[in-house]
Amino acid sequence: MTTNRIEPATGAAADRGPSPQGLAALCGAGVLVFNFPLLMVWDADVSVLGLPLLPVALFALWAALIAALAFASERGGRAPGLRPLPPGDDA
Amino acid sequence: MTPTLTAAPVLSAPLVVGVAIAYLAALFAVAAFADRRARQGRSVIGSAWIYALSLAVYCTAWTYFGSVGRAATTGVWFLPIYLGPMLAMVLAWVVVRKMVRIAHSYRITSIADFIAARYGKSPLVAAVVTLITVVGIVPYIALQLKAVSSGFAVLTGPAGAAGGAGAAWWQDGTLLVALALAVFTILFGTRHLDSAERHEGMVAAVAAESLVKLAAFLAVGAFVTWGVFDGMADIWARAQTLPGLHDLMRLGGAEGSASFGYAQWFSLTLLSMLSVVLLPRQFQMMVVECVDERHIRRAAWVFPAYLLAINIFVLPLALGGMVLFGAGSASQAETFVLTLPLSQGQTGLALFAFVGGLSAATGMLIVETIAVSTMVCNDLVMPTLLRLGAFRAQAGGDLTGLLLAIRRAAIVGVLLLGYLYFQVAGEAYALVSIGLISFAAVAQFAPALFGGMYWRGATRLGALGGLLGGFLVWAWTLMLPSVAKSGWIGDAFLTHGPFGIAALAPERLFGLAALDNLSHSLFWSLLANVSLYVGLSLWRAPSGREASQALLFVDVFARGRSAADPIFWRGRARPDALMALARRLIGPEAAAQIFAAHAHTAGVADPTADARLVDAVERRIAGAVGAASARVLVAAVAEEEPLGTADVMEILDEASQLRVYARALEEKSRSLEAASAELSDANAQLRTLDELKDDFMSSVTHELRTPLTAIRALSELMVDAPDMEEAQREEFLRIIVAESERLSRLVDQVLDMAKIESGHAEWHAVDVDLAAVVRDAVTATRALAQARGAEIELAAPSTVPPLKADPDRLTQVVLNLISNAAKFVPATGGRIAVQVSADADGVEVRVADNGPGVPDEDRDTIFEKFRQGGDALTRPPGTGLGLPISRRIVDHFGGTMWLEQRQGSGACFAFRLPYRPKKMEETP
Repeated sequence: MTTNRIEPATGAAADRGPSPQGLAALCGAGVLVFNFPLLMVWDADVSVLGLPLLPVALFALWAALIAALAFASERGGRAPGLRPLPPGDDA
Repeated sequence: MTPTLTAAPVLSAPLVVGVAIAYLAALFAVAAFADRRARQGRSVIGSAWIYALSLAVYCTAWTYFGSVGRAATTGVWFLPIYLGPMLAMVLAWVVVRKMVRIAHSYRITSIADFIAARYGKSPLVAAVVTLITVVGIVPYIALQLKAVSSGFAVLTGPAGAAGGAGAAWWQDGTLLVALALAVFTILFGTRHLDSAERHEGMVAAVAAESLVKLAAFLAVGAFVTWGVFDGMADIWARAQTLPGLHDLMRLGGAEGSASFGYAQWFSLTLLSMLSVVLLPRQFQMMVVECVDERHIRRAAWVFPAYLLAINIFVLPLALGGMVLFGAGSASQAETFVLTLPLSQGQTGLALFAFVGGLSAATGMLIVETIAVSTMVCNDLVMPTLLRLGAFRAQAGGDLTGLLLAIRRAAIVGVLLLGYLYFQVAGEAYALVSIGLISFAAVAQFAPALFGGMYWRGATRLGALGGLLGGFLVWAWTLMLPSVAKSGWIGDAFLTHGPFGIAALAPERLFGLAALDNLSHSLFWSLLANVSLYVGLSLWRAPSGREASQALLFVDVFARGRSAADPIFWRGRARPDALMALARRLIGPEAAAQIFAAHAHTAGVADPTADARLVDAVERRIAGAVGAASARVLVAAVAEEEPLGTADVMEILDEASQLRVYARALEEKSRSLEAASAELSDANAQLRTLDELKDDFMSSVTHELRTPLTAIRALSELMVDAPDMEEAQREEFLRIIVAESERLSRLVDQVLDMAKIESGHAEWHAVDVDLAAVVRDAVTATRALAQARGAEIELAAPSTVPPLKADPDRLTQVVLNLISNAAKFVPATGGRIAVQVSADADGVEVRVADNGPGVPDEDRDTIFEKFRQGGDALTRPPGTGLGLPISRRIVDHFGGTMWLEQRQGSGACFAFRLPYRPKKMEETP
């Protein structure tokens, strides 16, 4: 292999974004609440504001998950305490 | 499907067709606009919002019509298809970003390309993935055609029923829709001759379609909820009175939650979770068309929010429809979006709803067929042509035209296949069931794709085995039963198993009957897939090329695009042969650009192409024909050495060594840069000092010469005239003495300055009353001032709090300032004002005169050594050392000296000494 010039290694620019561990935890929580047996919690003959509980609960959980994801994503950084900050990474 | 449920007013077929055509034309205009802007370099799709909207191509006619149908019959069961994508998008920042980085780094243009590139750029893997896609996706395309044609039928009433019995083939609306869309897609996606990997126009059009379908669905939903009924609660209140509807909103319906199909619920969630990434159109939009991977961060939550919004009115529409049309209408609920506005006489809204459904279907069809046609062209047709030698036969010709022709043919072919499936099996299954068959097919890509991104040990053999095994099980357990249920083939094997072997019955493999057929198929196919994938991968070690690709994929974030990245290629290639190849596939300009960029990086025009150039050419070609075909093409023009695992390790070693060198070089050059900056700073400082020394020399010699000249002249006069009068002689001697004093004063000052500067000055700090010092100094200089015709006015308190300082030095400072002022006062009416004031922190002394003042340009330099105020010719004599010495003395006792800004005439020098200096300044 021949290279006549060596460029400086650019190094991976610090990718700012939500922490992978935080996202994995959120995904796990989502899988849990949308499946057996937690789903049964909402299976009751109850009305909320005149609407059946099950669909209202599903949509509310869904919206909450979106809100949590939006919060984690738009905050711009990673959740504190989830990962030690490498030096100069959190400008 | 029964076209209408009520005697609703119907629209004329020409009107509906006209609106549809006008809508498609508008879409085309959007695409053309975006394409034009892209060519001008002003992309309109460079936003996370557009990216998120383009992902909403996930919502097809299945969502638009099918969800309501499913909700009407099964309640909340329409939801898992959207909860899966929600969960998948939570991980998008981790997983999808890696896929985008890989795809952009290696110019990957389809999911077949992605998987094949990972497993050693294997043409066989690419072909298998493409075949699975085509077979799996055809039912899905049929679904969209079915939706458009039945929607058309609903709107236009019985007269316009598509595909009705007795109609000639050319009157078949579905076929016409398929052909019209083929033309449209060809215009959309394969218009350019440069066969670019990205389609900005298509992305813009799909984003626009996403907005239209959302707006249309919400409009119908809001109309039904608040226009026809009195809100959602009203719909539910009235629906509860209908038989069976009360239990629809419970898990498991009337039989209670124990009978709820949790396994199927989980399967659906998992399936849709995988599909949102693995469906060809999703991969195209999410990975290939992604402009900037940072967009993923926002799209990750905007896209699920879109899904939530488009599903809000599904249940109200389903229940409202059944309230209006009766509980028995559930089987026709798939057209509620159209029939509900029609039944209320809202033909305009119904037409808008139809346009929304058309958007949903056409968006999916366009992206899906473009993605599939790229795969068919690059991974099935091109390799076949290469193998047959047809490619070599037309050596030298431009192949971009051929590539486009193949893609166009593939688009028509895929759409016609969809139409065929629609004719064969379309009527048997509801919309949702058809879509799930496709979902289950593309789920087979998951182990090979995700495994390949994170597991270095995965091999080509494992991927092939897993894909084929999973696909065969899928075909046996899901595809064939669906065909059989359509009545096209006998369905005896469904119940009794093939050749009477009950254990192999497609929907009850090995007697596993507890699962629904979808979960059953998904379980067995993924089990076979993963087992073969892992088992075969572990069985044989990867080859050199597989190992090298595995490294490039798994560690994609660890590698920048620097020269220190490893290039896994060994051999020799002639640049002109590479150039000819590149010209044929990507056009002369792009080819020339690669070579220019390489020459720029490499520095010289190499007679033999190095590995980096070969790699650059191969990557660019891969963007046009796929990684596998690019590999074959490059191998044909280069003399390559086979790549063993040992070679891969060696290249990797070289690369990491290079990386170390590069980093060391970078560090060294950075420290060199810093050092040279320091040096040039020091040099500049030295230069200034040197200039000052020169000024000093000329200034001092000038000042020394004046008294010396006088002394010498007078002495010579006295030597030449021994008989000089006594009075004259005395006068001369007096002048000589005065001039000698001036000389020694000058020398004293220079020595003083030098002492202070070098830190050898002696300081005697005692308690000093500054007011007394100033008073003494004024008394001492009053005579001097009067000699110049000036008055000194002193304003000082009788005593001020004592300071720690050297009284002699302070006297020197005050004398200096006063004599300085005396030099500059006008010849008559000169006034020097000396003022002493004390406050809580320290004492301030001001010496002001009514002379010409300090010119603005000298203000900054007045305290520098040998800088004298005024013109060298007209200024009063002085050494230029008085002020610098004074300032240093004041500094030494922790005070400050400055030149005050004054309005009007005159200069005002002031200094301030604190009672308790913060710290005695280290001299100098």
